[in-house]
Amino acid sequence: MSEMAVFIAAALGLGLVSLGILLWTLQSGQYDDLEGDAARILIDDDAGPP
Amino acid sequence: MGALTLPLDDYSAFVRAEADGSSAIDVAVKGARCANCLAKIEGGVKAISGVTSARLNLSTGKLHVAWRGNKAAPIAIMQRLSALGYEAAPFEAATSLGADESEGRTLLRCVAVAGFGTVFVVGLTDAVWYGGTEMSASLRNLFFGIAAAISIPVTLFAAQPFFASAFKALSKRQTNMDVPIALAILLALGLSVYQTATHAAHTYFDAAVMLAFLLLIGRYLDFQLRYRARSAAQHLVTLQSALARRVKPDGEVETVAAREINAGDRIVLASGERVPADGALETATEADISLVTGESVPVGFHAGDVVRAGSIITGVSVVMKATARVDDSLVADLARLLEAGQQTRSVYVRLADRAARAYVPLVMGSSLLVFAGWMLAGGPVSAAMTNAIAVLIITCPCALGLAVPAVQIVATGRLFHRGVFVKSGDALERLAEVDTAVFDKTGTLTFGAPVLENAHDLPPGVLEAAARLARASRHPMARALAAAADPGSVASGVREVPGAGLESNAGGRTQRLGNAAWCGVTHAAPGGLWFRDGEAAPVLFLFRDHIRPETRAMIDNLAARGIALEMLTGDQAPAAETIATEAGIVRWAAKVGPEDKAARIQQLRQQGHRVLMVGDGINDAGALALAHVSIAPGSAADVSQRAADLVLRGDTMTPIVEAVDVARKARRLVLENFAFAAIYNLAAIPLAALGLVTPLIAAVAMAGSSLIVTLNALRLAQGGAR
Repeated sequence: MSEMAVFIAAALGLGLVSLGILLWTLQSGQYDDLEGDAARILIDDDAGPP
Repeated sequence: MGALTLPLDDYSAFVRAEADGSSAIDVAVKGARCANCLAKIEGGVKAISGVTSARLNLSTGKLHVAWRGNKAAPIAIMQRLSALGYEAAPFEAATSLGADESEGRTLLRCVAVAGFGTVFVVGLTDAVWYGGTEMSASLRNLFFGIAAAISIPVTLFAAQPFFASAFKALSKRQTNMDVPIALAILLALGLSVYQTATHAAHTYFDAAVMLAFLLLIGRYLDFQLRYRARSAAQHLVTLQSALARRVKPDGEVETVAAREINAGDRIVLASGERVPADGALETATEADISLVTGESVPVGFHAGDVVRAGSIITGVSVVMKATARVDDSLVADLARLLEAGQQTRSVYVRLADRAARAYVPLVMGSSLLVFAGWMLAGGPVSAAMTNAIAVLIITCPCALGLAVPAVQIVATGRLFHRGVFVKSGDALERLAEVDTAVFDKTGTLTFGAPVLENAHDLPPGVLEAAARLARASRHPMARALAAAADPGSVASGVREVPGAGLESNAGGRTQRLGNAAWCGVTHAAPGGLWFRDGEAAPVLFLFRDHIRPETRAMIDNLAARGIALEMLTGDQAPAAETIATEAGIVRWAAKVGPEDKAARIQQLRQQGHRVLMVGDGINDAGALALAHVSIAPGSAADVSQRAADLVLRGDTMTPIVEAVDVARKARRLVLENFAFAAIYNLAAIPLAALGLVTPLIAAVAMAGSSLIVTLNALRLAQGGAR
C-alpha cells in the first residue's frame, strides 16, 4: 500500500511539473509564431562569435 | 496594388509607450514569407540607431519594433521597409493589442490542463477497469478518490469555454452545441462523486475529463481558422488605411490619414498614387480608372473634372479639391454595399450549426425518455438517473465537435499551399454549393494591362524610336510599348503633357508620342498611341488587354464540373466579346457598372442560383460581397480582397478549380463524418438506455469515434502534395 502512495505521488508530481513547464512555454509566447521559428533556425547569425 | 508610400513625418498616433520606458510600434508587413525576408527585415530595422528590438511574426506578418531615444525612429523604420521592397503600414496603437491572441492562449492552456488530467485520470481508472476483481474495494475507492481530486478541478477549469458559451446561449433562451456538452460534463462529474461516495463499482471521471480534452482540441482548431481569417482581414484594413497629403491654407503640405479628409480640402496627388476621396482636379492629368469602372485604358481628365476615389493617377502630379469625405466617396459606397452583402451572408447557417439544431433536442429528448422509461418500468431512481446520464455522456457530440473543424483545417491548409487563402471555414462550405460562376474581365480573365498588338506591322525602326520616348513615362500604354521593344536608352529632355502625350526636341527634331490630336491626326481613329517623328506620317500603335493563358483551361474545367459561366465587365463591347470568345464564355455583358453587377448577382440569387463571383476591381466589390461566395486575385483592389471569401496569392487563376474540388470534397467528408456520428449514436443510445454502457466502453467509444473522424478528415490531405 505504501509503495502505491509513493508511485502515485511521484506520477502526480512529474505530471504537474511537465504541465507547469508547458504552461510556462505557452505564457512566454513560444507557440505564437511557429512559421517564424521554423524559418528563424535557417538564418545564419554570422555576427556572433564562432 | 500600389500603396501610398508617402514621406510621413508624424507617426505619433501609432506609437505606444512601453512599460520599460521605450517606445514601440506594430507594423503590418506585406509579402514576407521566408527566412530570407525575416533576416532582411529584422536586420535592416535593427540597424536603425536607437532600435532595441525588432521581431517579425511570420505567421501573422506583424512586425514589432521597440526603440529608445531616437524620435525619428518610426520614419526611419517605414523608410527602411519601403527601401527593402516591402509594402508596410503601421497598426493603430489601439487595434494592435489582440484580444484574439489572448483567447488563443487561454484555449491552449485549457487543452494542456485537460490533456494532463486525461492522461492521469485514465491511468488511474484504467487500472480499476482492467484490475477487475483482483483489486480490493478499498484500493478501488482510493483510486476513485484521487481521480476525483484531480479530475474535478481540472475539468471545471478546462471546460470553462463550454460553460461560458452554454451559459450565454441559455441566458438568451437559446440552445447550442455547448449546452449538452456542459451538461454532460457536469452530470458525469456529479454522478461520479455520488458513485464514489456510495462505493459503487463505476465512475465517469475519465469520461468527463476526456470529453473536455477532445472537444477542446476541436474548439482550438476552429479558433485557429477564425483567428487566421480575422488577422488577415485586420491586415488588409491596415494596409488599406491610406494616407494623404493635404495642403494647408498657408501652402505647407501635411500628411494625414485619408479618413480625416474633409470636403474642400486640397490634396496633392503624385503620379502613381491612389486617389483617396472623390475630388475635382485643379489641373489636367490622366488616371487609370480600371479599378473603378473596369475600363482597361487610362482616361484623360481636364481641370475641374471629378476623379473618383480608387483611381490611380498615371499622368502628372496634380492638386485636387476633395468634394466628399472618404466615408462618402465611392469606396465607402461600396463598403456599405459590402456590409449589406455580409449581412445577407450571415443568414447562411454553417453545417455544424445545422447539425446541432437537429442534434441537441434529440439527445436531450432521448435522455429524458430513458429516465422516464426506467421509472415507469419500476426501476430505482438511482438506476434511472445513472442510465439517463450515461445516454448524455455517450452521445455527447465529441465526434461532431471535431468533425467540421478537422476537415476545414486540413482543407484550408491544403489550399494555402496551393496559393489560395481561405478567409473563413464556412466559405468552403458555400463554395461547395456553387452552381454558377460570374467572372469580371479586366484583371481577372485577362492580365489587366495593355500589350502591344501590331508590333510586326510597324515600319522598321519606329518601335525603337517610340520606345525611347515611352521609357520616360509611367503611363500603362507607354510602359507596354517600352516592354515590347528591346531594352534601350531614354530620349533626353522628354516632356510629358497630361492627357496628350510625350514630346522630345532632341537635335532640333520634334518627336511626339501620344493621342491622335497630339500627333496631328485629325480623322477619327481607334484608340491606341500615335507616334510622329518630325514631319513623317504618324504611326499608330494598337494595344489590347490579353487573356491569361490559363483562363481557357480554367473555364473548361469549371464547365465540366457543372458550373454555369458568365462574364460581366465595365469595358466596351468589342473588347468584351473578344475575350469572352477566347475564354469560351457564352453569356456575357459589357458596360456593366458596379451597381448593375451587384444587381445581376442579386437576380441570380433570386432565381435560386448559388453564385461564385470572381473579380478584382473596386467595381466588383459589391458583387463580391453579394455573391454566395467570392474569389479575388491577390492583385485585386484592397476593398475587393476584403469583400472576397477566398484570395488567390499568385497571379494565376488556375487554383480556382482546385479550390472548388477541395471544397466539394471537404463537404463530402463533413457529411460522412456526420453520418458516422449518427450511426454511432443510433448504436450507442439503446445500449446506454439499457444500462449496458460501462465507463470503459464510454471512454473507448469516445476516443475511437474522435479518432475515426480525424482520420477521415486527413484523407483530404492526400493529393495536396504535388
